[in-house]
Parts: sequence; structure tokens; C-alpha cells
Amino acid sequence: MPIASRAGDHKQKSVRQKLYDLNWFIVFIIICIACIGFAMLYSVAGGSVDPWAKNQFARFLIGLTAMVIIALIDVRVWMFLAYPFYIFALSMLVIVDVMGVMGKGSQRWLDLGFMNLQPSELMKIALVMALARYFHCLSDDDTLKIKNLIKPIILIILPVVLVYRQPDLGTTLLIVMGGITILFAAGVRLWLFVASAVALIPATIGFWQFLKPYQKQRVLTFLDPEKDPLGTGYHIIQSKIALGSGGIYGKGFIQGTQSQLNFLPEKHTDFIFTVIAEELGLIGGLSLLLLYFILLGYAMIVSVSVKSQFGRLLVLGMVTTFFFYMFINIAMVMGLVPVVGVPLPLVSYGGSAMLTLLVGFGFIFSAAIHKETYIPRGGSFA
Amino acid sequence: MQPSDKNKLKVYTRRATLLSGGMMLLSAALIGRMYYLQVTNRSQYELLAENNRISMRLLAPKRGEIIDRYGRPLATSITDYRVNVIPEETESLQKTLNTLSQYIPISPRENNRIVKAAKRQRSFLPINVAHNLDWKTFSKINVNMPELPGIQPDIGTTRHYPQKELTAHIVGYVGSVSKEELNGDPLLELPEFKIGKNGIEKVFDEKLRGSAGNSKVEVNVLGRVIRELSRQDSISGDTSRLTIDIDLQKFVANRVRDESAGIVVMDVHTGEILSIASTPSFDPNDFNNGISQKKWDILRGDIRKPLLNKAVSGQYSPGSTFKMIVALAALEAGVITADDEKNCNSEFKIGKRIAHCWNKNGHGNINVVQALAQSCDVFFYDLALDVGIDKIHSMAAKFGMGSRFNVGIMSEARGINPNNDWKIGNQGSRWQGGDTINVGIGQGFVSTTALQLAVMCSRLVNGGRAVKPKIFFNDEESTKIFEDIGISPENLRIVVQGMDDVYNNPRGTAFPYRSIGKDYKIGGKTGTTQVTGISMAERKAGVIKNDEKEWIERDHAIFVGFGPVVAPKYAISVLVEHGGGGSTTASPIARDILEYMLDQEINKKNKVGLGNLV
Repeated sequence: MPIASRAGDHKQKSVRQKLYDLNWFIVFIIICIACIGFAMLYSVAGGSVDPWAKNQFARFLIGLTAMVIIALIDVRVWMFLAYPFYIFALSMLVIVDVMGVMGKGSQRWLDLGFMNLQPSELMKIALVMALARYFHCLSDDDTLKIKNLIKPIILIILPVVLVYRQPDLGTTLLIVMGGITILFAAGVRLWLFVASAVALIPATIGFWQFLKPYQKQRVLTFLDPEKDPLGTGYHIIQSKIALGSGGIYGKGFIQGTQSQLNFLPEKHTDFIFTVIAEELGLIGGLSLLLLYFILLGYAMIVSVSVKSQFGRLLVLGMVTTFFFYMFINIAMVMGLVPVVGVPLPLVSYGGSAMLTLLVGFGFIFSAAIHKETYIPRGGSFA
Repeated sequence: MQPSDKNKLKVYTRRATLLSGGMMLLSAALIGRMYYLQVTNRSQYELLAENNRISMRLLAPKRGEIIDRYGRPLATSITDYRVNVIPEETESLQKTLNTLSQYIPISPRENNRIVKAAKRQRSFLPINVAHNLDWKTFSKINVNMPELPGIQPDIGTTRHYPQKELTAHIVGYVGSVSKEELNGDPLLELPEFKIGKNGIEKVFDEKLRGSAGNSKVEVNVLGRVIRELSRQDSISGDTSRLTIDIDLQKFVANRVRDESAGIVVMDVHTGEILSIASTPSFDPNDFNNGISQKKWDILRGDIRKPLLNKAVSGQYSPGSTFKMIVALAALEAGVITADDEKNCNSEFKIGKRIAHCWNKNGHGNINVVQALAQSCDVFFYDLALDVGIDKIHSMAAKFGMGSRFNVGIMSEARGINPNNDWKIGNQGSRWQGGDTINVGIGQGFVSTTALQLAVMCSRLVNGGRAVKPKIFFNDEESTKIFEDIGISPENLRIVVQGMDDVYNNPRGTAFPYRSIGKDYKIGGKTGTTQVTGISMAERKAGVIKNDEKEWIERDHAIFVGFGPVVAPKYAISVLVEHGGGGSTTASPIARDILEYMLDQEINKKNKVGLGNLV
């Protein structure tokens, strides 16, 4: 329909049309990845849908529904909601922070009765939306002005401080990297990144002082896991043993000795990739990576075809978040980066991260379906 | 679309391409790492994973039995009915224990031990609640398993000595492995493993032990066994068959009654030890699971030394039983003939010292056979001086004095076969004539064990063959003929005649205790050794009778005997600590035991005869 695809004709798109435009192949890939997750959760439970696979399936259905609904909603609605959503997520972070101060130790989630909500997960999405909206509203020239960088940096720093206080180093890093990626994609001058990188070296040394002892230990252990094989290095060593012993073809489904005999830590959550690699081998691991690459590739292609800067940055923010989840998790279990609590996207057991990622894909689909939608610089419905 | 937005797209596309490139590089690093771990280093990690998963469990072998010459058990491994509790399988450990206490008593202290153990170890590991249960209790618990969650009936083995005190000094006992005994053999590190601590159990330990089997099991990270992968069964230890006849051993112990004695009975031709008894004894079963301090203190504190093996470890003066050696040395050296006589007027002067004969009236003129039969001391004082210590020493050595036989019983003592060299080495002074006089009647520096005396007696009566005692039964060796020790048969005959007369000549020292009404005769030699010296004052006042002395001050009673006199078969040595006289205390014991043996021999022959007739 050439007329419908013309700029300005977006309003005419019916729900049916939108459903038609939704890339069902990519939805299928997402379902495939989730199914690998269910299978592995079934395996690590020793061949049982309890206690993980069943729950995970239910959460996935909820997340998938949310994804499709988000995909069908006009991208301008999301732009309109960007700042309110950011403020909402930020206040939630403040609430858990206050609760953490009043309660004992670290507090990362709010008990909503029917589910535990991690505000830091909300923030990953909210920050991407807020930054996308901010840069959408800047002209090319304004984007290059350094003074216009103050606001987005504040947008990034506020949640970073709050999440770091939880303390959740993994999520903090994901938020920082997500924010910086958007600044980069929005066209902020390159030399600023180079200068920041140089400035980062003394900053890192300063930052080290603020790390909690267990966080320092994690980094040190990462650098030399064999030094403390029964302490913190144990997880990394056992994980590498599981991966390596899986070989090319793996030990077979539910046959992984490392996972089935509990030598692996957190095998249903952060270390689930190890179970895949042990039981299904290099073939299994690469197959999963291939599925991830299809999703990432699709999203990158969508992002350059989207007409609005908001849409582009929204897609890019979501896709990089997804990529960082995947990269950090797999690199961590293979001993390439320190152990930080980052789940394997759509596979690890857990509701919040799965919801975040599916919602993120909802936005990617929304931007894809509404890629022709023109949004003036001044605002979503202006 | 505004122009500036077009520029935005251009910038965006460039930057997004850069980002994509970065993502691809990072992804390539992931794939490279995966390849490195899963393909390049695969074998190394496979090995590590196997090490994680597989645990070798040693299977303890069944300890070999110790049996007597007729196959009757002396040490055996018996089934031990035990009850364990696995804390994680109980609803509440205390509740299960309370229910269990209906069947077996659990003291508050035991209860406390179990609860403490449960806190200390992994909850899937069993804790022993009770052992040595009788079958009735054990089966009751088995029947009531449904109301006893977490209770695990278990059947293990415990070493058992059915003959108890009878064989304690021969067989010994087992005990837990001590730290010093660990030698790297993983079998020794098994928590319940027992090794020989004394007696045959210790000497024969390696062979009794057998060899361990193993079970390869798959374990999880907590060490819980998931399944067995392979198993190699253990090989039971060898059975050790001894030459001991447990019936005889029992007879000996009963005959000795409450005396503190060491007795050896052996076959004069084969050297087989048929009985070797030391009384009083102890129950080796008490040592299996560690003896209680109280029992140990009682054993240690007993002046009659139940822990000492008096038959091989106790060293005593042979007394007059040594006179055969002196006589043989003299006959072989040609110092005396069978007909030569010496006069005994009850006193013998050497320098200023006067040595006495036990018979205050003296024996008058007597020859060597009579001197042996009547145990004349003066005759042997004189004879010993005539022969000299060197000839006595070498004769004693031929009969096994002063050396170990290494039969396989723990702590065999060497005894002392003295001469000039020995005295210089041990006393720092030269040998004196007085020393020879003392040795002439088996006192002074010479000391022997009951085993050595039995061997001496065997060699005297078996035709002068160097028979060696043995305790391990071996059919092939039983016909082995030992080498001749090189003594003229005529001289041996003279000495044996003397031993015959001890029982069977009316003037013999043991004539009242001879065998009466049998088809055979038995021979022997009495010996009495003083434990405390007799002072001149005491001698003047009249020697106090043994019965009036404290037990610990009484003389040792010694006897060596053999039977039958015609074609001797068995030799015996009896040593009764503080028993009084060799004739009154030791010789009747020897007679009864020899009669028991010889009567049995006749019965056996009769039975065989009857069997042939039928």
C-alpha cells in the first residue's frame, strides 16, 4: 500500500495492519530462544518442569503479551511518556534506596504482591526513552554543543548513583553503557568520548576506593581465579570446567555432570549458559548465539530505517542493552570478565530481566511498525 | 522532513555502523573464547570434570580367620547388627530417637552424642546409634521401620574371639589404626578399619588383612553418592591355621586353675606347639572397640600380670631342669661316665662360701642318673666346676637356650645363656667359679622361657634333633626331619633315664606324682627356683615353708616333662610363678596334661581300629 506508507498517513494504520507489519519471524526467534531457556531449566531441575521451567513459561507468556501490546501502540505515545516514565522509575529507585537504608543491607526490589519489581530494570528502559526523547528534540547544531550534554549526563548519573548504592554493580554498568551508547549514536562529538576515556583512567583508580570489599574481591578473583580455588574463584573455575568438558557436541541433554551434580553455581540463573555449553556443546552454544545475532541484526537494520531520531535511538538503546546482557553474561561464565550478576537474555530464570527485555523488544517492534511516523522536533503530537 | 534531521540520520547511520562493528568484534571474542575452552582445551577440562564427579570408595576386605589345627575358630569376623540414623531423612531427629528408645535404651549421654554429631556432619551421612544388637532387637527395629523415619539398620562385621581368655596371648587382638601406623595405604585410613595389635593378629596381619576392593561412585558437589559406576570386590584375608589344639588349650587352662603359670606343650618331632598357655589371661574381645580405662587399669594393676605372656615373654631361672644340660655337657666332654659317683653330704665348699644341697641329709654316693632323679645339688655344683662354663654354655646353646625361635608369637624373650663374654659385657666383671656353681643348678645368671624349656626337653627325648617350635600349621612340613645336634645317643639315653626315674624311681623327686595305672610311663624333671635369697640367719632359724610366705615371695615351680617314655611324642614345660615346689605343684600339672594327651592318642587309635573292623 504505497499511500499508507507515505509520511503522515501513519494514523490510518489499523490494528490488523499493524499486526501484519509485525515481524513474526523475529517473534518466532524470540520464542525459540525462550524455549531453549525452558529446556535448560527443565534440565537443571534434573528433568522436571518444577520448580523453574513452569514459572518461567508463565512469565514469558505475560512478557510476550506485553511485548505485542507495546509494539502495537504508536511510538509517539512512548515519546510522550518518556519523561514521566523516567521520573516514575527514578522515584521507585529512591523508594528502594530508602527502604534499604531502613531495612538491613541491600534492597533491590519492591514486593508488589503478585511480583517482585526491580526498579533498576525499569530504569534501563526509562533512561533509554528519556535520552532518546532529549536528543530527538535537539537540532544537529545543538547536539554538538557541550552545554547540551549537561542534562543527559544528569539523567544518566542520577539512576547510576542510586543503583550503585543498592549495591548492584552489574546493573550499574549496564545503565552507564546504555546511556553512553545513546550519546554516541545521537552524534555527540567523538573527541569527547576519547577525552572521557583518557579521563577514565584516574577515575577508575578513584572508583576502586569506593568498591565494596566483595566487589573488589570479585574483580581480583576474576584476574586470577586459581588463586583461591575454593573461595570466590570456585564459581569461575567450575564454570570453565563445565564449558570445556562439554566439547563440540556436549554431554547430552540432562547429562551434564557439572550441572546435574551441582558443581555449577547459580546454574538456573546467571550460569545457565554453562549448562547449555556443557550439555549441548559448542554446537548448542553457537546455535543460541546465532539466534541472538538474528535478533540483534534485525534491530540494527530496523534502527537505520526508522524516520524519527527518537525511534532510532529507542531501538538502538534497547538493542545495545540486549547485547550487553548477552555479552557480559557469556563473557562472565567463560572467565572473560568478572562475575557480575547479569542474566542471559530470555534464557536465565527470573521475571524482571525477562520482562525488561521483552518490553524492550516491544519498543523495537513499535518503532519498526511505526518507522514512517514523522515526529516534529518540538514534541510527539505537535 | 527537516534538513537537519537528514543530517541526524547520516550521523546516526555512521555511528550505528561503528557500534555494530564493535558488537561484532566482541561477539567474535566470545566465539573465540568458546572455541578455546571447548575445542582447544577440551581434554584438560574433561579430566577436571571427571575428577569432580568420580570418587573412589575403598571396600574393606573381610579379615581372615584364625583357626586351630582342627579348623575350629579362634578369631573370626562376626556379623554386627547396628542401627544408624540419617538426620536428613528424619522428620525430627529427636522424635525418631525417642521412638527408637522403645526398642533399645538410649542414655541421655548417647542421645547428646548423636545430636552433636548430627550438627557437625553432612545431614545425609549416617550416625551410629547402637551396635552389637541381638537378632531379636534388630529384627524388631526392622519390622517397625515405618514409624522410625531416618533409621537405617546396618550389618557390619566385628572381630570376635570365641575362645576369649583361652587364646588371648596367642591370637592377640585388633584395634583401630593409630597415627603412627599410617603408612600411606588408604585402607588404613578407613574409619572403621582395624589392624592386628598383638599376637598372631599382629604378626600375621598383612596376610589376614586381605586386599581392598574399590567402588567408583559418582558424587555431587556435597559428596553425596549418586550412583555406583564400577566395582572391584575386595579379596578376603588368608585363613591362618595354627598348630594349637583348642581342646588341649582348654584342658590346660582348666588344670592350671588360679595359678599364675606359663605352659607349653609341643610335638617333639615336628615342633608343633599344641598348646601354649599363660594364666591368668584377659578377654581380647574387650580390646576390639577400645578397652575401657577401668578394665585396663584392673589388668595393669594385677600383680599376676595377665597381660604378660608367661610362656614366651616371661624369663625365669630354669632351676634344676637345667641339670640335664650340665650332665650332657659333662658326659660329652668325658668328664664323667654313667657309673662315676660323687658324694653328697649336703654341703659344698668353694673358697669361703658353702653351697647347700636341698636335701639337708645329703644324698651320699650317687651317679649321674641318680643325681638327676633326686636332683642332687652338690653333685651338680661339683660337676659344673669340672666341666666349666664354656662347655655348659655351648651345650645349652645346642638346646636352644639364649636364642629366639621367632615362632610368630609376640615378644618372644631370648633368655640368657651366660658365659665369660656375656658377664664381661653385661656385668663388667670376669666369670667366677661361684657363677659356674650357680649355673650348675640352673640358678644365677642363666634364664630361660617356658618355650625354651619345652624345646630343650623335646631335643633331649627326640633323639637329639634340633626341632624348632612352630605355631603355623603346615601339613607338608610335619614330616620334616630336623638335623642332628651331634650328641651321642648313649649319653642322651643316660640323661633320659634320669628323667624317667624322676617320676618312676621310688627315690625320684616326682615319684608321688607319677602316672599310675596307665599302659605308658612319663618322664620329666622338677625345678624349684628361689625368688628371694636365703640369708644365713634364715637358714639357722630354719627355712620358712613356702606356704607361710607371701605369694609374691614364694618359689617358682618348674617342670619339664615328656611322654611316653618309650618312643616319646610330646614334651611339656610347666612354669608356675610362686607355685612352691616343682615336684608338688608343677609335676602333677604336667602329668595330668601328658596323660590327657596320651589317653586321647590311644582313644584315637582304638577308634580307627574299630572303624577298620566295621
